[in-house]
Amino acid sequence: MKVLVPVKRVIDYNVKARVKSDQTGVDLANVKMSMNPFCEIAVEEAVRLHEKGAASEVVVISIGPIQAQETIRTALAMGAERGLLIQTDADPEPLEVAKLLAAVAKAEEPGLILMGKQAIDGDNNAVGQMLSALLGWPQATFASKVELADKTVRVTREVDGGLQTLELDLPAVVTADLRLNEPRYASLPNIMKAKRKTIDIKTPDDFGCLAEGHLKVVKVTEPAKRVAGVKVENAAELVTKLKTEAGVI
Amino acid sequence: MAVLVVADHDNTHLRDNTHKTVTAALALSPDVDVLVTGQGVAGVAAEAAKIKGVRKVLTAESEALGKHIAEAVSGAVVPLMAGYDAVLAPATSDGKNFAPRVAALLDVAPISEILEVVDPETFVRPIYAGNALETVRSSDAKKVITVRATAFKATEEGGSAPVEAVDPGPGAPRTRFVSDEIVKSDRPELAAAKIVVSGGRAMGSAEEFHRVIEPLADKLGAAVGASRAAVDAGYAPNDYQVGQTGKVVAPQLYIAIGISGAIQHLAGMKDSKVIVAINKDGDAPIFQVADYGLVADYKTAVPELMTALAAAGK
Ligand SMILES: Cc1cc2nc3c(=O)[nH]c(=O)nc-3n(C[C@H](O)[C@H](O)[C@H](O)COP(=O)(O)OP(=O)(O)OC[C@H]3O[C@@H](n4cnc5c(N)ncnc54)[C@H](O)[C@@H]3O)c2cc1C
Ligand SMILES: Nc1ncnc2c1ncn2[C@@H]1O[C@H](COP(=O)(O)O)[C@@H](O)[C@H]1O
Repeated sequence: MKVLVPVKRVIDYNVKARVKSDQTGVDLANVKMSMNPFCEIAVEEAVRLHEKGAASEVVVISIGPIQAQETIRTALAMGAERGLLIQTDADPEPLEVAKLLAAVAKAEEPGLILMGKQAIDGDNNAVGQMLSALLGWPQATFASKVELADKTVRVTREVDGGLQTLELDLPAVVTADLRLNEPRYASLPNIMKAKRKTIDIKTPDDFGCLAEGHLKVVKVTEPAKRVAGVKVENAAELVTKLKTEAGVI
Repeated sequence: MAVLVVADHDNTHLRDNTHKTVTAALALSPDVDVLVTGQGVAGVAAEAAKIKGVRKVLTAESEALGKHIAEAVSGAVVPLMAGYDAVLAPATSDGKNFAPRVAALLDVAPISEILEVVDPETFVRPIYAGNALETVRSSDAKKVITVRATAFKATEEGGSAPVEAVDPGPGAPRTRFVSDEIVKSDRPELAAAKIVVSGGRAMGSAEEFHRVIEPLADKLGAAVGASRAAVDAGYAPNDYQVGQTGKVVAPQLYIAIGISGAIQHLAGMKDSKVIVAINKDGDAPIFQVADYGLVADYKTAVPELMTALAAAGK
């Protein structure tokens, strides 16, 4: 069974985003970019399924600028077989991403799509659910455990009250949460090997998907800053301050 | 313009997130209906009917809806959207699970976790772990929105809307519920609590987390939270995680113990009214957002805090 893994190139999670002074967006010039951490978890899970023999092939796809090839290359070094870049410099909205991914899924016919629950730039937490809806395939979001069988997949999900386990008929869409696994670091030989793996490059036009622009960004601003308060000497002083000054206990 | 709010509940009780989402909905239109999807939800519907300003309450019931299966919820909501211009749900794990599906099926762009309604077309939402706020204008005829409940006041009760059943839709024939592991607790719910006490990696073990964090929380009538590191290490259950990718809280008082204050953690608690940090590293980033910082080893500081609270009549 083929597993398709959509991955996004985003600001590195260790970097604090800075808003541009003209309020048009976040300054990404000379900022370290990496694979979205949740996508990394999805790649790891797919590669493990492949290593266990449950998946026959892991195909990675990214929609983004030419540099997103590096992100795909990272996934190939982790163990994915081949990559597809749909190249665009426009920053596509979740709806467009979902439509493109649906078109790719129809062409590739994977048994399972494993992806991140959320991209840490836009924090939308939407594409997986939208893709599932567009394809009419079952969905399980926020996965902390994935057990793949022949015709079904059993997924334990992290939900607000605890955990929920679902069984989905395949093909299905599963989105990864933090505790699904700990992604590996690619070894040097695997990084070298990844250089010889294929990455196809296409454009949104090849899939007949046009940028539609349902949402217009009016402005991007900085949130109100919290200022550091005071240091207290000991617990007794803390309780006094919380009681008399802050009035919260 | 009419707006539909999808209620947040556990089939027995309505959660206050619903009242807060109604507040956001009323900023779009005075015609707000609440949809309760679930199973055996007559009691929940009766509670929703009391929210002031709600025009009517709809109920859709089936087994799959009782388990909050996303395919079932979107299947119940989409046909109703013929009569609405917007649908809002709180950005809970359930809301995030079904709302983007509704958007995709209506061919519109979902708008996630809004903090503010600027006008019925324009919304403010956090991006990049809350380090930037994006104002977006939607040109879609129908809006699909999730709401960060902590950013809105709860609409009061005092109404008496009529309740009516609607078609539950096709369910989720290819998705089966297997089991639930719901953490039972007598403490207040994390997302709605007035005080939250959170523990981090410094706790070192689940036993230590129970021993240190929970008695303090109970003394204060607080909910318990945790950093990702504490959850990953198994010190606390997953639904305690506060942060960019966990729960967002904004209590009156947030006490962070042995938590460094990574960007991703701050994203989930920096809108708290008062923040207290106890950390032995005076340079920990958590102190940059803390109103009151105590540079100390929690092993001595927390027992002292318990004593001081007892002395203050807590
Ligand atoms: C994609 C992604 C999403 C994430 N989402 C979240 C999220 O939602 N929520 C979240 O919390 N994190 C999240 N993280 C993780 C985040 O980056 C940090 O790794 C995490 O918050 C650190 O947890 P911590 O503060 O408990 O641990 P640490 O950073 O290790 O800090 C422990 C602190 O305890 C202090 N300490 C140690 N011993 C003592 C003692 N005896 N007394 C007092 N203080 C002591 C230390 O000085 C230190 O400051 C995410 C990361 C990624 C990549
Ligand atoms: N441009 C993109 N290219 C490939 N996959 C994407 C892209 N954007 C989002 N995704 C996938 O969708 C997931 C959720 O993203 P989002 O809904 O934008 O928070 C990500 O973790 C990716 O797996």
